[in-house]
Amino acid sequence: MSRAIEFVFRRRSGKGWHWTDIVTWVWLIVGLFVMFGPAVWLTASSFKSPAALAEFPPTILPYVTQKVTVDGYDKPLDLYTATLEDGSTATLAEVRRIGTVSQMVDPAKPAEIVKVNIAKRTPVRQMSFATDNYTEPFTHFDFVRYLWNSVFVTVTATLITLVVNSMAAFALSKYEFRGRTFAMLLILATLMVPLSVIMVPLYSIVSALGLFNNLWGVILPTVATPTGVFILRQYMLTIPDELLDAARMDKASEWQIYWRIILPLTAPALAVLAIFSVVWRWNDFLWPLIVLSRKELYTLQVGLSIYSGELNVQWHFILAMTVVTMIPVVLVFLFLQRFITTGIAGTGLK
Amino acid sequence: MAEISRQTRQSHTGQSLGETAMMPVRFAMGIIDAPLRWVQKKFGLGGMAAFFLLPNMLIFGIFVLLPFFINFAYSMTGGTALFLSDRTFVGADQYSRLFDCSNYTNPNTCAEDTFWTAVGNTGWFVILQVTLMIGFSLVTALILNRDLMARSFWRAVFFFPVLLSPVVVGLIWKWILQRQGLLNFGLYGFGFDPHVWLNDRNWAFAATVGVSIWAHMGFYTLIILAGLQAIPKDLYEAAEMDGTRAMRVFTRITLPLLMPNLLVVIVLVLIRAVQIFDEVYVLTGGGPGTSTLFVTQYIYETGFAAQLRNPGLAAAASILMGLVLVVLTLVQLGLSRSRDKKGARK
Repeated sequence: MSRAIEFVFRRRSGKGWHWTDIVTWVWLIVGLFVMFGPAVWLTASSFKSPAALAEFPPTILPYVTQKVTVDGYDKPLDLYTATLEDGSTATLAEVRRIGTVSQMVDPAKPAEIVKVNIAKRTPVRQMSFATDNYTEPFTHFDFVRYLWNSVFVTVTATLITLVVNSMAAFALSKYEFRGRTFAMLLILATLMVPLSVIMVPLYSIVSALGLFNNLWGVILPTVATPTGVFILRQYMLTIPDELLDAARMDKASEWQIYWRIILPLTAPALAVLAIFSVVWRWNDFLWPLIVLSRKELYTLQVGLSIYSGELNVQWHFILAMTVVTMIPVVLVFLFLQRFITTGIAGTGLK
Repeated sequence: MAEISRQTRQSHTGQSLGETAMMPVRFAMGIIDAPLRWVQKKFGLGGMAAFFLLPNMLIFGIFVLLPFFINFAYSMTGGTALFLSDRTFVGADQYSRLFDCSNYTNPNTCAEDTFWTAVGNTGWFVILQVTLMIGFSLVTALILNRDLMARSFWRAVFFFPVLLSPVVVGLIWKWILQRQGLLNFGLYGFGFDPHVWLNDRNWAFAATVGVSIWAHMGFYTLIILAGLQAIPKDLYEAAEMDGTRAMRVFTRITLPLLMPNLLVVIVLVLIRAVQIFDEVYVLTGGGPGTSTLFVTQYIYETGFAAQLRNPGLAAAASILMGLVLVVLTLVQLGLSRSRDKKGARK
């Protein structure tokens, strides 16, 4: 064990500890808890029953008070460990509480009522995962609809983004034509026009096209991403033109060149863009919030925010739905994080 | 050439599952090819370039450029009608309404007091968030740039929240900051009474700053880290040989060489901070009162969510915000250009 600790904390330079080493490890360990802690806490909470959620101080794992059915009582009673007057402890079920006195019975002898001060009893608790939090929203709410809407928007928008952006990037990287620089500048300039600046007129255009309260109204304005065109164009510039000329000699059409040569060779960049696009579209919030006002069209993000803004927030459902909303992104994080981080470090774009 | 022949061979012989799944796509692409050959014959390569650009530019034109230009028209019209043709021209009225204040330092003296409250809040938010964000991501990047065990793991730790959706981020923290939440639990351990953080004006504001830093810090850390890794290693080796102190190495080598990168990051953080909306909207909804109301939420509520919508006023406010963003973006473009030039010279 001590060998293992020595291994982890060994300085590669072989020198002793410096104050910067201590700062480093404190920062990293605190960072580990601050960055992962909140999401872990939310996930742990999502398995708690509403009663357990209202408790303070909260427990980390989901506990519920054990219940027992006693002859002569209709409802199951809560079990407690009570300290009796003679100092012995017994496991008793609470019948009712009057002031500070709790009337209890021994489940084995239901006729005999024992009076115990409430300070002298503690509930018998057992771990129990409230999976209802997950199954209820799927059966009783429109949650499946929201999930489906989100999946539809994400997949469709990503596919269109890949096709449309790669075509534009192909034209901008492999053809000489008048206005090419202008087109490129125009695309880059729109980085300056974020949604929050144009949402009023964009809303009227989407309405005029009959796309208000329509998932396509969410999809179309997002697909011509300047970032995508930029990433793909940079990548396509590295593909040698000789390849295209050789294909043209073999009587390949321009469309075939795009489809059979350029696209397969751009696959790594397309993959990066696809990952980005999935995360972007899955997480989109403001624009769907504006375009979708009918409940059955909500995406997960909109549905979640609307439910969580209600007066009587049903936190046990909200928490479970939040965890489900997190799943795809956590999967991307676990398996594809490397592509995203190199993508960001390479282009500085998000 | 080798690439091509490999491609074609594969398409003739390969019959794996993936190949079979691609069959309909191949078929569709084949069908498209015939009319496109005709287009190519008729309009030449230039025509094909236009064809490839068309879908992207069309979507772009309709959903980005067109709204950008008619936004100016919107800002000069009044009324509640949605479509421009039904609206009445009011000139600069919306702008003068936004600027109608007897004392600019006090939002209560303005005709549109919520707008100025939002501007004030956004200003404070930007100042606090940008400073702290740069501080935290710089320290994290410096630490991740060290000779660490499992460096990619630690990098991933700080990157994790970046991928979470703003709604999820807002809900996670709303859950932690509520009365029975984790924060109160932690403080209870030290003997403090539970506090409803998000009902307190100052704490709610601090929460918006903290949560947005938590959510986006990893992104900027990555960019700064890339900048740090570009600094030549031999400089550090030379400093070590001379026995230079760590602080001095930082101020004399790291910081000056990182500066061009850092400036770009600062402007990037600024641009995002000015538009802050999603997380805050879910976390506090702009409250309590108007203490966390920011400009984007003001635009959203004026244009879409208010009882009496006022698209003209919302458009005018959005153009003012757009102006700030354009200035910031131009600064950023200038900075990254000078950074790239320096990089080329090195």
